Amino acid sequence: MLSEGGSFMKGMFMGAIFCLVLSLLGSFSPSTDSSTEDQHHHHHVQAPSKDELKRLSDSQVQELSNQVRVYCIIMVQPKILVYWATAVDTWSKHCDKAVFYTSESSKALEAVDLDEKDDWARLRKALKHAYENAGDLRWFFVAQPTTFAIIENLKYLVLTKDPSEPFYLGNAMKSGELEYVAYESGIVLSYEALNRLVNVFQDEDKCPERGRALWKLSEDKQLAVCLKYTGVYAENGEDAHGKGLFSSKSVNTLITDSMKDNPNNVVEGCCSDMAVTFSGMSPNQMQVMMFGVYRLRPYGHEFHDSLVFYPPENSDND
Amino acid sequence: MGISGRRGTEPELSSERIFIRITGTQGPGVSESLSSSGADVPLPHCEGKSSAANSSHTTRILCWIMTGPKNLESRTKHIRETWAKRCDRVLYMSSVKTDFPTVELNVSEGRDNLYWKTIRAFQYIHEHHFDEADWFLKADDDTFVVIENLRYTLSKYDPEKPLYLGYMSGGAGYVLSKEALRRFIKGFDSGECTHFSTIEDMALGKCMETMKVEPADSRDMKGRQTFHPYPPDHYLVRQFPRPRPWFLLYEHYTPVEGPGCCSDLVYLTYHLRPYGYKYRFNPDEHIELNATTKSI
Repeated sequence: MLSEGGSFMKGMFMGAIFCLVLSLLGSFSPSTDSSTEDQHHHHHVQAPSKDELKRLSDSQVQELSNQVRVYCIIMVQPKILVYWATAVDTWSKHCDKAVFYTSESSKALEAVDLDEKDDWARLRKALKHAYENAGDLRWFFVAQPTTFAIIENLKYLVLTKDPSEPFYLGNAMKSGELEYVAYESGIVLSYEALNRLVNVFQDEDKCPERGRALWKLSEDKQLAVCLKYTGVYAENGEDAHGKGLFSSKSVNTLITDSMKDNPNNVVEGCCSDMAVTFSGMSPNQMQVMMFGVYRLRPYGHEFHDSLVFYPPENSDND
Repeated sequence: MGISGRRGTEPELSSERIFIRITGTQGPGVSESLSSSGADVPLPHCEGKSSAANSSHTTRILCWIMTGPKNLESRTKHIRETWAKRCDRVLYMSSVKTDFPTVELNVSEGRDNLYWKTIRAFQYIHEHHFDEADWFLKADDDTFVVIENLRYTLSKYDPEKPLYLGYMSGGAGYVLSKEALRRFIKGFDSGECTHFSTIEDMALGKCMETMKVEPADSRDMKGRQTFHPYPPDHYLVRQFPRPRPWFLLYEHYTPVEGPGCCSDLVYLTYHLRPYGYKYRFNPDEHIELNATTKSI
């Protein structure tokens, strides 16, 4: 009888240990030293204000605008070729360098064929490729086929930010304890952030290529987890008034939302004048956006911006 | 290998400065509403003064909008909050008296009466507001107008000349000069113009012709249209020529209808912009329209 009781006790004891271990593992979050968070206490990054830019000299502004150049990483797939084609024909022309990364090649359009079906593995490969081919470009913008971006406004957002500091910006969301940048509204990475990321890719424990969790995390969350290991945190991109610049919604949806939330102030209450991204628009709507953003304007409205961005060559829809 | 440039049946890219019709439907009746002029909003530009070329005459615009009780909340209210503020004077015409306020004309409902309502509206304007403006814009409650651009276009012309701009079908709005309105009214008083027609467009056009009112060129410096009876995507979407059917997807652009007429277009026109962008088209650059310039 004693031996039975003993087995029972042993079983209980082992069960308790097992439980303890599991709960410890569960509470373990891959965060680095959170008590001494360094430079990025804030979780939002704001565009420079007019005053801030006025304080800079002309030559400083000139230098900054020459330096802020963007490498666009556009993830595409042949099965949605029309979005791919639309990105080629519309907003991506405003990137300093636009590279399309595909899961499999297509005869119709040019892209870097990563030959990879797994979404997270593909993103990793694309980021690594961009890092290795960055040249002197120091800002990276990751987009999905349904993303529509206004690159000039992205440049404005990061104009006074140093790319040798780690920046990871966009539409910052929260999932439990994890803050991450939503994929379809575009992900901005500074050179330093990408540098750290590419290094942590080699660590199969912290940042496995095929994922280790029982459930599969979406790529944008995986990205956040890996970056967190390197001390880089997601930050919300905002204009000088605190309005978000990155959206996973279309203009129509945002306006409709605003009609409910701000019925007496629909347009002003809606979106920033300096918005960087929208998402969820059809290819036709993106063509209309090019017109609405880059061409349609009321005569006589002057803005006196501190920078000048020229229209791309060989393009006629902007 | 990549997408090649434009070929075949591509729509001519339209002008930056446009007046658009959003949907295809007409307002029901005619009653008027006296609304305040654009004075409550600080206009970024000199009110009524001609914006560019010719400053020997003023360019005051009176806007009148054909609407009805059904659309007052959903559309007309938003017009009032947005583009109509930039008119020097705006009137809302509806068949039924409302608190909007609208001007009530003693006209009955029905599409057949549209022409008659238009006549009555113009007669009302001629009688009560003629001296307040140089140009008279007629719009429906689903039209979107960029007033600054209209003003710029009109500034090139003398309102004492008999001129009209736009399509007489009213789809994208049209504008009469002071002299054109004078002649229009005279045409009805004298019987030179017919009072009855089931086809507003034709009857109006015919009247203009009879009274020797001429269409002014509303195209921009590059020969592109500025008045558009259809939604933007009709003009802007390139049809990729492709052998495979799924490239030829056509999707109708559905602007925000119902409550909040044209807020999305207001956002795109007046708010959203690319920082620092040096626009390609500068209307003040004097490029001559030569004979080979294509027009729609």
